Amino acid sequence: MNTHYPIKQVMDKEGRIVDSSYESLINEQLVKDLYYHMYRIRTFDRKAISLQRQGRLGTYAPFEGQEAAQVGSAMALQPADWMFPTYRDHGAKLTFGADMAGTFLYWNGRVEGCVPPEGRNIFPPAVPIATQLPHAAGAAWAERRKGTKNASIAYFGDGATSEGDFHEGMNFASVFKAPVVFFNQNNRYAISVPIEKQMNSETIAQKAVAYGMPGVRIDGNDCLIVYFEVMKALEEARKGQGPTLIEAVTWRTGAHTTADDPTKYRPADQGKDIVDPLLRMERFMKNNGYWDEAWVQETAERITAEIEKAVEDMESYPTPNVEDLFDYVFAEMPAQLAEQKQSYLTHLRGNQ
Amino acid sequence: MAMEMRDLPKKETKDQMLTIVQAVNDGMRTLLETDDRIMLLGEDIGKNGGVFRATEGLQEVFGADRVVDTPLSEAGIIGASVGLAVNGFKPIAEIQFLGFIYPAYEQVMTHVSRLRMRTMGRYTVPMVIRAPYGAGVRAPEIHSDSVEALFTHMPGIKVVCPSTPYDAKGLLIAAAEDPDPVLMLEPMRSYRAKREEVPSGRYTVEIGKGKRVKEGTDITLIAWGAMMPVVEKAAEQAEKSGISCDVIDLRTLYPLDRDLIAESVQKTGRAVIVHEAHFTGGLGNDIVSMINDTSFLYLRAPIERVTGFDVPVPFFALEEHFLPTPARVVQAIEKAVHF
Ligand SMILES: Cc1ncc(C[n+]2csc(CCOP(=O)(O)OP(=O)(O)O)c2C)c(N)n1
Ligand SMILES: [Mg+2]
Repeated sequence: MNTHYPIKQVMDKEGRIVDSSYESLINEQLVKDLYYHMYRIRTFDRKAISLQRQGRLGTYAPFEGQEAAQVGSAMALQPADWMFPTYRDHGAKLTFGADMAGTFLYWNGRVEGCVPPEGRNIFPPAVPIATQLPHAAGAAWAERRKGTKNASIAYFGDGATSEGDFHEGMNFASVFKAPVVFFNQNNRYAISVPIEKQMNSETIAQKAVAYGMPGVRIDGNDCLIVYFEVMKALEEARKGQGPTLIEAVTWRTGAHTTADDPTKYRPADQGKDIVDPLLRMERFMKNNGYWDEAWVQETAERITAEIEKAVEDMESYPTPNVEDLFDYVFAEMPAQLAEQKQSYLTHLRGNQ
Repeated sequence: MAMEMRDLPKKETKDQMLTIVQAVNDGMRTLLETDDRIMLLGEDIGKNGGVFRATEGLQEVFGADRVVDTPLSEAGIIGASVGLAVNGFKPIAEIQFLGFIYPAYEQVMTHVSRLRMRTMGRYTVPMVIRAPYGAGVRAPEIHSDSVEALFTHMPGIKVVCPSTPYDAKGLLIAAAEDPDPVLMLEPMRSYRAKREEVPSGRYTVEIGKGKRVKEGTDITLIAWGAMMPVVEKAAEQAEKSGISCDVIDLRTLYPLDRDLIAESVQKTGRAVIVHEAHFTGGLGNDIVSMINDTSFLYLRAPIERVTGFDVPVPFFALEEHFLPTPARVVQAIEKAVHF
């Protein structure tokens, strides 16, 4: 079993192909699709930060810098696969087909934003760290029992590997040969805690050894390697080969959330050597003759319009319904809860 | 390393105007200064000074061996604290939000709270667990839980919940001095709400003692932590319609201040208990049964409770409907008074 984990890449920082074994898999449409989604989710992310600053959105967790990891992984999925994101993976969700207005609503304290669109299995974002890994194992196990070719993908950060649920989810998936891709975005920080303080192991990929599954370490800012490696792991999973752990090494450009100040814990020059994943893809496209100014321009306009519309939809969304507080807790509301609901609604009417 | 508690003068020196979160910080600073056994453990508490700045500046002064940025692992934090506590240290563990204590629940329930009993007192766990709790700050989901009753139900751990800066520091130091484990719940919503004079240096607020914050004759209002401002506002409003409220800040949730509760209810004959936590299995029920046991013949009306509902704490767009409001408390007061 592999015990050495060099970082795999398709392209270098200048956007030049460094591993020709992938060359035959690359085509203009794929590259443009990946770029399109990275550009789209970045624009969404920046919009969300600006809405938060204007008081039009609650606390928000930005993902700028991690677009290649989120888009490459989500694009590798099939529509019937299961996605288990964290609070930072709305870029992956949007790429997989989550509703954009709904995603804004989530960050505005609206539970409606957790409801997946018809025809997509997207779990509500896991806020308690690492709790989604066992879920991904279970959903994938169910697919295997049902004899389908569907798989699940669990997103999680470097910090999440310290929680028991990480290990329990990995172990279950490997024991039951569940078709799961454990997709780690190692952005080197868990809020303020750098990876050297989080763990004493050199890589996250090597943790796969303990569970008898393949571990792969990739350049998470190289959208192509992310796409190809996640695709490969999914194919193995669909063939009944069980789970894979992928460590995508990346970087969160901004704060942990809009309530966080990274200058308190990150040295000012750290991350300066990292080439932005969108710029890298742009270089790659230019090197390969895929860069088309008119297309880029048109894409940018289309995305801006889509996002403006989603903001409008979020802001004109019906005000929250108090009854929702009570109505979705059980299939059938127990009498003692019904009584609480009734008495509160009566109280509200009395105060109007 | 000399592991001892220095005998600093316990008398109160100059006062400072502090918020609750600053008072908590000052409490930990005082403990670190005066007791070598104290260690702080938690996620983001060192270099970052805590997500609420409760440990701001402490790692710089006391070093990374005593103010420790731990891995992201609540079970690890609490489990390792048990080992530290039985072996000469006094851990003060921060759980970043009470809603993230669940991975550590097993450690608290099966070890922190019963090691003394299981070893007939040979091993003890003098540790403090601190956790901000409660809704009302438009936080993302799961960040607003208020589950004190999970811990008051648990034998072998004390639970305190200050509502003022003075009590926050005094209870924290008392918790650290206590021979048994103490969970201190810190009202996130009140962290920076107001400043008050807090003595510098070492002082304690006795665990197990509530405080009467307003003297009254018609009805007893019992609350703690972030519900105190709600109850005080309700008392003011009730006062306008001539209802005089005896307001009690419980401060310690286990063990309860039975004498204070009984004395007040025997005077007023009525009570409203207010908590943010869910109704069923909430601490309010224990207080009701304590009143029944001590003061049944004094009661002039059924005891009212105003609480969060039996639903998960909602996303923030609906949180104002989950939290008890002064209007709901006033309604309960009137119901009891006009019974
Ligand atoms: C069980 C639990 N403990 C603590 C937290 C608070 N918290 C939120 S995000 C975070 C850091 C997570 O780091 P990482 O897994 O690396 O993911 P990243 O935020 O970097 O994407 C912490 C400690 C939480 N959400 N859940
Ligand atoms: Mg991280």
